[in-house]
Amino acid sequence: MTETRIDRRFKDCADAGRPALVTFITAGDPDLTTSQAVLEALPAAGADVIELGMPFSDPMAEGIPIQIATQRALKAGQTMAHTLQMVRDFRKKDGTTPIVLMGYYNPIYVRDPKKFVIEAKDAGVDGLIIVDIPPEADDELCIPAVEAGLNFVRLATPTTDDKRLPAVLANTSGFVYYVSVTGITGSAIADTGRVATAVNRIKGHTKLPVAVGFGVKTADQAAEIGKASDGVVVGSVLVNAIKESLDETGAATDKTVSAVTSLVADLASGVARARQA
Amino acid sequence: MTTMANSMRSGPDERGHFGIFGGRYVAETLMPLILDLEQAYKDAKEDPAFHAEVENLNTHYTGRPSPLYFAERLTEELGGAKIYFKRDELNHTGSHKINNCLGQILLAKRMGKTRIIAETGAGQHGVATATVCARFGLPCVVYMGATDVERQKPNVFRMKLLGAEIVPVTAGAGTLKDAMNEALRDWVTNVEDTYYLIGTAAGPHPYPEMVRDFQSVIGKELREQMLEAEGRLPDALVASVGGGSNAIGMFHPFLDDPEVKIYGVEAGGRGLEGEEHCASLNAGKPGVLHGNRTFLLQDDDGQILEGHSISAGLDYPGIGPEHSWLKDIGRVEYVPVMDTEALEAFQLLTRVEGIIPALEPAHALAHVAKLAPQMGKDKILVMNLCGRGDKDVFAVGEMLGFNL
Repeated sequence: MTETRIDRRFKDCADAGRPALVTFITAGDPDLTTSQAVLEALPAAGADVIELGMPFSDPMAEGIPIQIATQRALKAGQTMAHTLQMVRDFRKKDGTTPIVLMGYYNPIYVRDPKKFVIEAKDAGVDGLIIVDIPPEADDELCIPAVEAGLNFVRLATPTTDDKRLPAVLANTSGFVYYVSVTGITGSAIADTGRVATAVNRIKGHTKLPVAVGFGVKTADQAAEIGKASDGVVVGSVLVNAIKESLDETGAATDKTVSAVTSLVADLASGVARARQA
Repeated sequence: MTTMANSMRSGPDERGHFGIFGGRYVAETLMPLILDLEQAYKDAKEDPAFHAEVENLNTHYTGRPSPLYFAERLTEELGGAKIYFKRDELNHTGSHKINNCLGQILLAKRMGKTRIIAETGAGQHGVATATVCARFGLPCVVYMGATDVERQKPNVFRMKLLGAEIVPVTAGAGTLKDAMNEALRDWVTNVEDTYYLIGTAAGPHPYPEMVRDFQSVIGKELREQMLEAEGRLPDALVASVGGGSNAIGMFHPFLDDPEVKIYGVEAGGRGLEGEEHCASLNAGKPGVLHGNRTFLLQDDDGQILEGHSISAGLDYPGIGPEHSWLKDIGRVEYVPVMDTEALEAFQLLTRVEGIIPALEPAHALAHVAKLAPQMGKDKILVMNLCGRGDKDVFAVGEMLGFNL
């Protein structure tokens, strides 16, 4: 596989002596227009990599914040076609910030995985994180995605032991997403010492960058987690910021975009100082 | 036409597939647990002591074998095939669900797990799980949709008496699907000590196979009892399908007997035209949910629909993967039955045979009422009477306008 936007971005961050800030938002939350504005504002605010959540009615691995964000997006009429169009529109303005689509398998399965990966690549997507398709089913989606030129980013967890890691890493590219706690998104943050041990364990098996997520909410936590990792993933705290900015009817306000960007800027200051003594 | 060399009873394959259906579609956190479970179940299957323990409990705790009962008055009333009931509603706890719970709790103990979680729709599986947890002294948490908590109050109280913690789930329509999501979230969080005791023949491999195996005691007994009663196999089998555990347990031992016609009855709700039904095999299409590929009620964008059924136990937008395969290869015919037909059948059986069925098998009975008159009097039909109706008395009373 030739060098991708994701590879380049992690290399640039490493050269700058800091971990990458990986930001998650749900596509179409709270509505398509606002979500597009948030997406396009993320790079300038300090996001290095963007995870764009594809809404699914039954997000089994998500905590309450992302479950509710998903419901907001679906209620506003978000579809897979809209999500891909968001990436196409983003690419007209930004040719370098990597976008990873994150979600569940069924909305891809019903569109035909082989067609979907080509469509996604064509829209300007760089990678996929699909929560409920393990390496045992790589032939269904992972291999076609890699063949289409997409990075397939795999989750590794505290239950992924040394015996299983090679299978998990086999077709993984771009980066490895280390889920620092067993649990759903937005859970309590893991102890940093344990995170460092786990990241080093994974690095013993791969040269890929390792980004750490689940539970990072503040700049200080981002700085702490970023000491040991190549990237820090933030999600629930961002979708919560969107929620807090909505009016009583659940509609976006003029504060919605800035609520996210100011938080991202703060988190970016955290990763920037992660490696400073 | 292929020969019988290829048995229809040999699935799933080593990756948990029945044809294209089944498999293991779960988050990475759960994969090692699923693989452990698969190994533990393989070991247990080969251990005669495990089988002996299951059998002992089936006999002395559940009260198996359940009777095979010739429904003489109903047969006369319908004027066609001889109708038999496999009476799993007489089991301890009032349904077939106990068959699977006993097997799985023994497995959980072998694996050293100390906490049990479960999802439940009608509450029959929740009650059976709470029962075996009380019997083996393990803490039990049951996830139940808020809508179902409301319409199955007697079972909620039974579970509480048995010492289980009930967690009402308000997401979505507050039914079985939402309860299953929440149980999966619990499991992914509490991986060290927790055993997820799935009640239906769905979920990631090895659950569909394991639940089927524990429920197959129904079909195995039926086969022997029928040979004794009539000296031959039945002409038709009928069972209701939600996730499909009672049905697969009844059907599986007969899959390789082509002379036995098999019918699965889905919840047709208020009709298949709209979205108010749970007929995933008749009106859904293949998709991936809750760890397996199977027929699902979903929209064109792959979002899962809520569905509707009068019966909480059938109110699920999916179906066990082996049923999807049996539909695909044409071995089993799946038919829908409407809410109103099930309600009529509920009253018919009560009046004619003095048996109050649960609303779930009342769906199967509504199909029996259509099928039996079309069959000759020399034909034999067996229905799985998989649950008793005590839990539904209040809800049915309300629907029929009684003020209880």
